Amino acid sequence: MRLDEKTRPDFPILARVINGHPLVYLDSAASSQKPLSVIEAMSQYYERSHANVHRSIHTLGEEATELYEHARDRVQRFIGAARREEIVLTRGTTDGLSLVADALCRTLAPGDQVVVTEMEHHSNLIPWQMASRRQGLRLAAVPVTAGGLLDLDALDRLLTERTRVVAFAHVSNVLGTLNPVLEIARRARRVGAITVVDGAQAAPHLPLDMSALECDFYAFSPHKMLGPTGIGVLYGRWERLEHLEPTRGGSEMIKEVWIDRAQWNDLPWRFEPGTPPIAEAVGLTAAIEYLEKLGMDRVAEHERALARRTLDGLGAIPGVRVFGPPSTVDRGAVVAFAVDGLHPHDVAALLDAEGIAVRAGHHCAMPLMRRLGVVGTTRASFSVFNSHEEIGRLLTAVAGLRAAL
Amino acid sequence: MSGTQTAIGPYSDVIRERWRRPRFRGELPGANAVAEDVNPLCGDRVRVMLRLADDRVADARFTGDSCAICAASADVTAELVAGRPVAEARRVAAIDVLAVLQADIRPTRMRCVTLPLSVLEQALGDVPGAGHPRLAPGSRTPLQ
Repeated sequence: MRLDEKTRPDFPILARVINGHPLVYLDSAASSQKPLSVIEAMSQYYERSHANVHRSIHTLGEEATELYEHARDRVQRFIGAARREEIVLTRGTTDGLSLVADALCRTLAPGDQVVVTEMEHHSNLIPWQMASRRQGLRLAAVPVTAGGLLDLDALDRLLTERTRVVAFAHVSNVLGTLNPVLEIARRARRVGAITVVDGAQAAPHLPLDMSALECDFYAFSPHKMLGPTGIGVLYGRWERLEHLEPTRGGSEMIKEVWIDRAQWNDLPWRFEPGTPPIAEAVGLTAAIEYLEKLGMDRVAEHERALARRTLDGLGAIPGVRVFGPPSTVDRGAVVAFAVDGLHPHDVAALLDAEGIAVRAGHHCAMPLMRRLGVVGTTRASFSVFNSHEEIGRLLTAVAGLRAAL
Repeated sequence: MSGTQTAIGPYSDVIRERWRRPRFRGELPGANAVAEDVNPLCGDRVRVMLRLADDRVADARFTGDSCAICAASADVTAELVAGRPVAEARRVAAIDVLAVLQADIRPTRMRCVTLPLSVLEQALGDVPGAGHPRLAPGSRTPLQ
């Protein structure tokens, strides 16, 4: 059975009719839809087990704590982390990257260098800009080649003994480029730099193994992988996390407190101030269970086929330009494109009129847009429930756009 | 609300007509009131050129690179001010443009409608201390 045939019945929102047409949701890179099991897990938590976590003596508190910490264990297994202490639950990828940038850069000296890339989402760029400005660091960017790949030769030229951080995306949210995390991590480590990876577009679509990637930090968002909004995962290699001073303070992240000082809690709670997103953690567990049942290899294969069909189909339409690597070996589950003579917003609005949801604009990657010489693109992105029929509808609609307007 | 049965989403017949066959797109020799602006979020860019004479907008044109709604709005805006007294031109507002466009414009696309109007305002010198100064006629855009 095809993956979409198997999964579509699980997603209630797919019953929606948009502007008279059955919904074709091709915007999972922005946020994914949720299977009923995730929705029900969260509702049931609130109906039966909710209480605050970690210090409750009462039964509900123990249940809630167990559910919350169980999510951490599931994430650890899902991404192949060595220890549960390496899993920090945040509010999202942006939150996690911001946390790392802030905390890491405080340990750096003026003149130290942070290397990012031209293809970064603003969430893996702005925090480094802010920290660099604050700490007097130098910020440099690895350029993107004409083929949509990171220029690794240019990376080598940028890396010096003053390079302290290399921050980059695992998968580009525009180009779909699948970057060689292990290779970059090794080059960074040779100069003693720490790697921080934005995994938002990778975690939902690829099997992950932190021990195989060898990066120091890895952030991703459950809401892009069938889970709820409001929660994020920040993986931090134990040796790195252990030596990071917390920058966000409050309850939960302390052991003992006096008026003028406090003793920090152990990892990972040291980086989780305040009441955490508990229901969201329950949803995250359900999302991981759903994905593990499908098998991430199968998910990757399904979405690669959809991307292939989209790339080939769009490439065959006169006046349509596709961005990013031409091969699906180097790509993730997004395809950005432009229609000659039509603004991306018009493309998206016309597709919406036919029930097809895509994203248009700069995709929070303005430096990349500048590199591509456009102000924006239209982007289709895929998930487990998307079908080849839906791609067919997209292609037919795109082919008819110029006549429509 | 869309004014015809053949509207596709926000793209009314009027918008499509103005997008394909604009009446006021082009250069304006003798323009003496020019302004330009861009919406960096979406990339809509509009330049409005006016020839002002005796307190009237003798003629108006626009150029730019934008979505269909913005281009249609710019075309209608130019039409609404061309030949009118400056005092009347200053009063042209989104509601007037929308009345001509007869389109179902949702909040996310309203900026597309209003951008040409704000550029018109700048060209007429209405906005005190505006971030984008009026341009000398024939000048290239100062925007990067």
